Amino acid sequence: MGIGGHRVTPYRRAAMIIHAAHRHLLGIEGMSPDDVTRLLNRAEAHAAGTIDPAQLRQGLRGRTVVNLFFENSTRTRTSFELAGKRLGTDVINMAVAASSVSKGETLIDTAQTLNAMRVDLLVVRHPESGAVQLLAKAVDCSVINGGDGSHEHPTQALLDALTIRRRKGRLEGLEVAICGDVAHSRVARSNILLLTLMGARVRVVAPPTLLPTDIERMGVEVHHRMASGLAGADIVMMLRLQKERMAAALVPSVREYYHFYGLDRAKLAVAKPDALVMHPGPMNRGVEIDGEVADDLDRSLIRDQVEMGVAIRMACLEWLLGQLPPPGGAA
Amino acid sequence: MNRLVVRNARLLDPATRLDQVGDLLVLDGRIADLGSVGPVSGARVVDATGWALMPGLIDLRVASREPGAEHIETLASLADAAVAGGVTTAAVLPATDPPIEEPALVELILRQSDRIGRARLRPWAALTRGFGGQVLAEMGLLSAAGAIGFSDGGHPVAHAGVMRRALAYARTFDRPVMNHPSDPGLVGVATEGELATRAGLSATPAIAERMMLERDLALVALTGGRYHAGPITTAAGVAAIRRAKQDGLPVTADTALPYIALNEVAIADYRTDVKVWPPLRSEADRQAVVAGLADGTLDALSSDHQPHDADAKRLPYSHAAAGIAGVETLLVLALEQVHTGSVGLLDMLARLTTGPGSIIGSDAGRLARGCPADLVLVDLDRPWRIDADAFRSKARNTPFHRRPVQGRIIATVVGGEAVFGTLP
Repeated sequence: MGIGGHRVTPYRRAAMIIHAAHRHLLGIEGMSPDDVTRLLNRAEAHAAGTIDPAQLRQGLRGRTVVNLFFENSTRTRTSFELAGKRLGTDVINMAVAASSVSKGETLIDTAQTLNAMRVDLLVVRHPESGAVQLLAKAVDCSVINGGDGSHEHPTQALLDALTIRRRKGRLEGLEVAICGDVAHSRVARSNILLLTLMGARVRVVAPPTLLPTDIERMGVEVHHRMASGLAGADIVMMLRLQKERMAAALVPSVREYYHFYGLDRAKLAVAKPDALVMHPGPMNRGVEIDGEVADDLDRSLIRDQVEMGVAIRMACLEWLLGQLPPPGGAA
Repeated sequence: MNRLVVRNARLLDPATRLDQVGDLLVLDGRIADLGSVGPVSGARVVDATGWALMPGLIDLRVASREPGAEHIETLASLADAAVAGGVTTAAVLPATDPPIEEPALVELILRQSDRIGRARLRPWAALTRGFGGQVLAEMGLLSAAGAIGFSDGGHPVAHAGVMRRALAYARTFDRPVMNHPSDPGLVGVATEGELATRAGLSATPAIAERMMLERDLALVALTGGRYHAGPITTAAGVAAIRRAKQDGLPVTADTALPYIALNEVAIADYRTDVKVWPPLRSEADRQAVVAGLADGTLDALSSDHQPHDADAKRLPYSHAAAGIAGVETLLVLALEQVHTGSVGLLDMLARLTTGPGSIIGSDAGRLARGCPADLVLVDLDRPWRIDADAFRSKARNTPFHRRPVQGRIIATVVGGEAVFGTLP
C-alpha cells in the first residue's frame, strides 16, 4: 500500500524493487561517477542532435510528466517542459501558490492527488530543504529534484558539468572556483558534490557570512578574497546574491559586495587565460557579475548552460522513465 | 484501609543508596515500612521476586495540550501516558492556550489532576505575561495557587533586565525560575556543522546555549535567585553548570531524553520525528551530557514530552513542529544508559526521582517511611520493543518506535494504588 491507501500496482512494485537505488533523482549525493558519466554521454548525444527527433518522440510516448513547482522558476520549468516534449511525453505544469507552501496538508494532499492520477514522473521544486525527499516518500511515481531549498539542484550541476566537459574536454583535474552566496545555494552544494566526485578541484570564494560552517568538510578549499580564490582557475562559477541578504546583516551593501566579490575583467585576470565564466541565472548584473563579462562570448558559458539544460533533462527523464515497464501493461 | 505489602523486591532508593532485596509496606497511600516487614493482617501481598521496586519518576518537563488543543493531548491522556512510563509526578509546562499565567488555571490543573487520579500533574506557571519577556507574571499569587516554579518554556527571556528582576522577585516565594538556555539571536533548525551544511538547513551554533547560560549564571550571582536551566544539551553547557555549582550558586539543571538517546546524525534524510528544540547535537556533546548526568552536574533527566499530531510532523523539516512525545519512554531509555554502563543505576534513578523532586519541592521520589507510596515495579532485564501504537498518549510522534529496549514496567503505583499495569 502506498500512502493514503492508494494501491501500488504489481508491476510498479517490481520496478521499485529492481531499481530501488535510482527510482528518483533527488540529489548528486548517492550517485556514482559511472551514473554521472552515463547521463553526460547521453545528454551529449542529445546536444549534438545525432538522434532522429521523430524516433525520440516515440520513445516515451504515453508517459506523463508533471512539473510541480512550489517556487517560481521560468528557466528550469521550461527546460524540463521542453525536454519532456522532445521525448514525446505529456507534460503538465502545476504551480502551487506561494501562500500555501508552508501548509503541510498541501504537500501531502498533493502527493495523494498525484498518486490517484497515475503520474509517471514528477519534477519538483520547493523552497524548503528536504521537501522534495518528503514528497518522494509519499508518491508512487519517480521524482526528480528540481531544487529544494538550500540543499540540492542535481540537474543544474549535471548541466554545468556537461557545459564544462564540452568546452574543456574533461572534468578531472580542473580548478573550479564557486563564488558568492554558497550558504544559501543548492546549486553550489550539488556542484561541489558532482565536481569533487568527478575529480575536479573546487574552491569556494565568499565572505565568511555567506559560507556555511564546515564547508571545507565537503572537500573544498575556502577563500575569502577573489584574488586568491580565482588564481589559476579554469572555471569561475558565479552564484546569485539575493537582495534579502543585506537585510539579514550578511553583507553590508550591494556596492560593497560588488566591489569585493562582483566578477569583472580585473578580478578575472588572475584566473587562467582561457578560464570560462558560468552563472546558473538569473543574473544580477552589477551585483555578483559585471555585464561585460557575462556577455563576453569568448569567456561566458551562460548561454551554453541554458542549452545544455534541455539535453541533460532529456537524459534524466529517459533514465528514470526508461526503467519503467511499458505503459498500460499490467495496470 | 488501604494495605499493601510488596515482598522480596529489589528495593532501589537513590536517596539512601539502598539496593537490596526486601519488603515494602504501604498504609493509606504512604510508605509505612521497608526492609523486613512482618505479617500484616488484611493486607494485599504482592510477591515481587526478581523485580525491582523504585520510587515513581518525577518528570520536570512535560507539555500538555489542554487547555487549547485537546485533540492532540488532554490532561487525562497525559496523566495516563506518564504512569505508563513510570512517571508518577509530572511538571506541566505553561505553554498551553491560554498559557498557564492565571492562578485559576494553576488550580484547574491541580484539580483535574486529582480528579483523573493517575500521575500527579504539577504546573509550572509563565515567567512573563504571554511569554512576552517583558512583564512579570504574578509569581506570588501563582505560587499560592500551587505553581511549582516559573518558566517561559521554549521562549528564552532575552532581556537581561527582565531576567534579573524575575530572579530577584522569585526569591520571596522560594520558587525556581527556569530559563530555556539558548540565545534568541542564534537560531536554526539544526546544529551548525557539516551535517547541517550538507543538508542545507538553517543552523544554530552549539555555543548559543552557553551564551544564554553564562548570562543567566552571572545574574544568579548578582541576585541570589534560584535558577534552573534546562535542557542542557552541550558540553559547554554542562561545563558552565559545573563551574556555577563549584562557585556555590543556587543553580540546578536538567537534560532531556532526546539529547542522551540521539545525536544530530539522526536528522539525516530530514526525519522530522527527531526534530527537537534545541536541535540534536554532536556525538561529543551527547557524551558530555550523559557524563553530566552520571556525575550529578545535571540534577535531572526530563522527558521533555511534546505531543504533536501527524500533520505537524509531515512537513518540510524547517516547518515541522519540534518535539518528541517521550514521557512513556523516559524510564526505558534512561535504563539504556545504565545497561551500556554509562551511568550507574542508582545515579540514573536519582536524576529521575530525588533530583527533580528537590527542584520542584516534592516529597515523593523516595522509598522512606512517611513518603507518598508512588512506586514503580520493574523487570529490569526483560527485553522488548517500544511500540508507539500502544502509547497511552494521544500523540505518536516518536523516533523510538520499534527500538529494542531492556526493562519493562510491571506496574506503576500512585498513592498506594496501581494506576498502570497490574500488581500480581
